[in-house]
Amino acid sequence: MDNQDIGGPAQPLLSARQLVKHFPVKGALGKRDVVRAVDGVDFDVLKGETLGVVGESGCGKSTTARLLMQLIHHDRGELVFDARTVGGHDLPLRAYRRQVQMVFQDSYSSLNPRLTMEQSVGFGPSVHGVGKRESLERARDLLARVGLEPSRFAGRYAHELSGGQRQRVNIARALAVNPRLVILDEAVSALDKSVEAQVLNLLQDLKDSLDLTYVFISHDLHVVRYVSDRILVMYLGEVVEVGPAEALFESAGHPYTQALLTSMPSMDPANRTLVSPLSGDPPSPIAPPSGCRFHTRCPHAEPVCGQRAPRLTPVAAGHLAACLMVEAGAGHSRSPAVALRLQEV
Amino acid sequence: MNLAFIRSAPPSATPIESSPGYWQSVFSRLRRDPVAWLVGTVILALVLMAILGPHILPGDPFTTSMFKRLKPVGTAGFPLGTDELGRDLLSRLMLGARLSLFMGITPVILAFFIGGSIGIVAGYAGGWVNSLIMRTIDVFYAFPSVLLAVAFSGALGAGVDNALISLTLVFVPQVARIAESVTTQVRNRDYIEAARASGASAFTIIRTQVLGNVLGPIFVFTTGLISVSMILASGLSFLGLGVSPPEPEWGLMLNTLRTAIYTQPLVSALPGAMIFITSISFNILADRMRVAMATRS
Repeated sequence: MDNQDIGGPAQPLLSARQLVKHFPVKGALGKRDVVRAVDGVDFDVLKGETLGVVGESGCGKSTTARLLMQLIHHDRGELVFDARTVGGHDLPLRAYRRQVQMVFQDSYSSLNPRLTMEQSVGFGPSVHGVGKRESLERARDLLARVGLEPSRFAGRYAHELSGGQRQRVNIARALAVNPRLVILDEAVSALDKSVEAQVLNLLQDLKDSLDLTYVFISHDLHVVRYVSDRILVMYLGEVVEVGPAEALFESAGHPYTQALLTSMPSMDPANRTLVSPLSGDPPSPIAPPSGCRFHTRCPHAEPVCGQRAPRLTPVAAGHLAACLMVEAGAGHSRSPAVALRLQEV
Repeated sequence: MNLAFIRSAPPSATPIESSPGYWQSVFSRLRRDPVAWLVGTVILALVLMAILGPHILPGDPFTTSMFKRLKPVGTAGFPLGTDELGRDLLSRLMLGARLSLFMGITPVILAFFIGGSIGIVAGYAGGWVNSLIMRTIDVFYAFPSVLLAVAFSGALGAGVDNALISLTLVFVPQVARIAESVTTQVRNRDYIEAARASGASAFTIIRTQVLGNVLGPIFVFTTGLISVSMILASGLSFLGLGVSPPEPEWGLMLNTLRTAIYTQPLVSALPGAMIFITSISFNILADRMRVAMATRS
């Protein structure tokens, strides 16, 4: 099970190109509607980085995760893994699944209640042709690696473990096929804060020792900031901003990101959030607003925002935002006259 | 955040502690259940009677005598009396266990495999495959099972084989429906997603991840069907569509003895009592199994 580097360090590990996923729903009077869960998403996951993905619930984070894992298939667009198209000739889906694995939020529901921990962890390798005995041996090694003494935990069932222990098993299971990319879909969100910190450290540790790349999806901005190299912000199925974690937190380019950051609870009681930066729920993804999807809730919205859809525009090196206020000549009163000239990045 | 790095535990040579598996704990709970013991013993006795049948009969179940017709319970030589043709009722009841149990259990076993497979495939596949299979199943479901059994049997003709086929056809939709609903529940669990993410084929996932979680409920439901099957099989024999005389079968015996209900009520009720005891034992056993399985340790 060798997962070799193909394109070299500069080649993004995974590129999503204009990914689209619409779910059909039955509307009133038998009318057929579609939920535009993911609507033209473009981003790269660089080798060795942790890409944080944030956004409100319903913004398409989890659908994106499932698309990246190919548990559901995109309607349009393309996924490119290390210079090879996923599902294409050189990288069939089965081979892709040895390179990418996923850890789910619900640690209980993601373990089969009838299987012991070593059977659960050893399942992946056995699917890919590793012998039964060897799979179990590998499972025990991995359990030890995630901090669970195999002699105590290998023969246990899911209901006999705590939430943190179960999530460690899920991480071991994800690593069992030697993946290069691990998608962590709210993987620590359901854990206690102290356990969460331990698991985050474990993830960091594993990442360093196994050369992993993470896509870290969470609604907890503190955690995302702590673990991520770069952060991707989603709103109603679209990417609104992407950039290095520090730059994004220091100078967010999109009003939605600014609102999200203001909504972060502060550790300092003297510095409470007093006014809610965003009001109401996001609009329905069945009929998203025209133009910029955020204009219905944006404090800087102008008539042009309802007509013209913004494009991801550079605001600094490696930092892009999709807002008319940063797009040159877009017609917004704050639009710059000329595009920002960036030195070769 | 104050964070201490987690150290990998050194591999150890100590033996793996293992917890009792699911089925082990279900059986240990069943073993502690007195009611399960009682009905289990009854069923075991009936099965033994069916297997040993001809070798342990006290009398001849086929010898008729015009002079010994409809003797009451307790007559010398005939502990449970005689039937309308003067045959020893005890021997006939004991030999009858053979055919009655066979006709009660066989269709249910067949339906367990056929209906279970159909339901699991439908439940796992989902989408239009599920709709196609389940709507077809619903057509059978629209008729009462007795009517369906009589209709199939009548169409296929009298005889044990045809009765078995028609009973199987009656139970397949019921088992399929239960199998479909439990499989649908399991299919949406994250561990199935995780198994798919590891690249396993649908067949492998069903075999290793789904079966262990759905067989229990399907098995319990199917065990409960044995009583229905026995009653339906008796009913078919009663109507002349199942076993044909002089072969002893409880339903058929109930039919022929019903004319004696005023002269020998106790004797004519005995075959019915056997059907009742057997079916209620299977029903209670299914119920206790459900209880034992529902408990989380």
